[in-house]
Amino acid sequence: MFDFISDYDDPSLWGAFWMTVKLTFFSGIGSLVWGTLLAAMRVSPVPLMRGFGTAYVNIVRNIPLTVIIVFTSLGLADIFRITLGAGDDVKVMSFRLAILGFIVYTAAFVCEAIRSGINTVPLGQAEAARAIGLNFSQTLRLIVLPQAFRSVIGPLANVLIALTKNTTVAAAIGVAEAAYLMKTMIENEAQTLLIGAVFAFGFVVLTLPTGLFLGWLSKRLAVKR
Amino acid sequence: MSSVLYDTPGPRAKRRNILLSVVFTLLLALLLWWVWRTMDDNNQLEWDLWQPFTTGEAWTTYLLPGLADTLKAAAISMVIALPLGAVFGIARMSDHAWVRGVAGTVVEFFRAIPVLLLMLFANELYVRSSLNISSEERPLYAVVTGLVLYNASVLAEVVRAGILSLPRGQTEAAYAVGLRKGQTMTSILLPQAVTAMLPAIVSQLVVIVKDTALGGVMLGFTELLNARQTLAANYANVIPSFIVVAIIYIIVNFILTSFASWLEQRLRRSKKSTGAVLGEDTVEVNPAAVRGGFGTGENTGGGGF
Repeated sequence: MFDFISDYDDPSLWGAFWMTVKLTFFSGIGSLVWGTLLAAMRVSPVPLMRGFGTAYVNIVRNIPLTVIIVFTSLGLADIFRITLGAGDDVKVMSFRLAILGFIVYTAAFVCEAIRSGINTVPLGQAEAARAIGLNFSQTLRLIVLPQAFRSVIGPLANVLIALTKNTTVAAAIGVAEAAYLMKTMIENEAQTLLIGAVFAFGFVVLTLPTGLFLGWLSKRLAVKR
Repeated sequence: MSSVLYDTPGPRAKRRNILLSVVFTLLLALLLWWVWRTMDDNNQLEWDLWQPFTTGEAWTTYLLPGLADTLKAAAISMVIALPLGAVFGIARMSDHAWVRGVAGTVVEFFRAIPVLLLMLFANELYVRSSLNISSEERPLYAVVTGLVLYNASVLAEVVRAGILSLPRGQTEAAYAVGLRKGQTMTSILLPQAVTAMLPAIVSQLVVIVKDTALGGVMLGFTELLNARQTLAANYANVIPSFIVVAIIYIIVNFILTSFASWLEQRLRRSKKSTGAVLGEDTVEVNPAAVRGGFGTGENTGGGGF
């Protein structure tokens, strides 16, 4: 029943899902870094930085991810010759460009998640900290950030799960991940339902444990108010 | 300007802020200059490439029909997904364990799967099915099917959260005056929950509009992003067409987002409601975030699985 799966080796089923995991991993780390920087800008005391952060988030999250991903290939690579050091290797190039696209897009959502986390810390906490004589860095280190960080885990987990599902868009520029393989398979094989079930199962396996674990973590660490 | 993170700036902090502003302006200017230079080096700033957008032809032949298809697919999906979502959302709160179980499994399943896989699968089903769907119409059917399956399950959670956000007293009062379970749902809970859900529903529309673009690239659905490709093939202006199309998406979605937050604020202020509102960013920031405990408005964080 599952014979047809072994007919595909470029990519194989494992290879395709491994690619999905790799895309998620690198884009996740990249967007966490860039998103944290953006969040820092959005809450900073410098009006210009706040403006930039707000503009970035509002522009990027209103553009479809598909537009960004297709642009990295047709625009950045084909017209501007920006290949991110991949040279002529098209596979490596589209992999790196896809990650760049995911980082640009996902960072906007990471930024919003972190900002909402910071906003859940009541103003009274910082005021109380100052009232008992803590200085700025102590207030931040001991009072505000620990609380902000805990309430951010839940929203960030949701962003990570959305990112895992979003990596399928990379199929639009020919990255050999799960959706790309599914498109080839489902067009060539007769077992439509079975193929659908196999790939659906793959994504359930990828997203469900992440969600359960991080959800458990965020509940455990939640600040009781 | 004061926040939980810092005090109102004094003289020293003000000087530091000005210094930071200057440095940041320089960095931004450098970035803009680099973008401009790259565009110029690749001849993307020539007027010939931008000129088509000042004529009516590019708009009437390519962009507007594309936008119309985008909005059509989004509207159809929303109209089908909303009642379907309501049914599943209510079923998840049923008193019968097996109804809850079935509805819960269906909702969780379709939420865990990327919408692109649903579209590809639906497309192939329509290819092989005995239904008489012409090949021109098939992409629209596939896109709508994929979007409906995914968004109905997201909206089911919105509906559930909307009903749960109502004060318990509403249900208790309904039972006290002798209404049955069904009557309580249809004449007490749902009407109030719908107003509470409105901002979240409008925000979900933004997600749907953005996801239609997937159908354009992967299934050849003639929506805006697909129209851009035909347009760029005709005028040979890849970069300008991308910029124009991105701006169109931003404008459409910005209008929807602004409408959602206007609705949210209006509902928060209104005295008639119970004060329960599902914030627009609960769904918009991330469709998967709907499960968390919200309804208090400012607490979009801390949701969880």
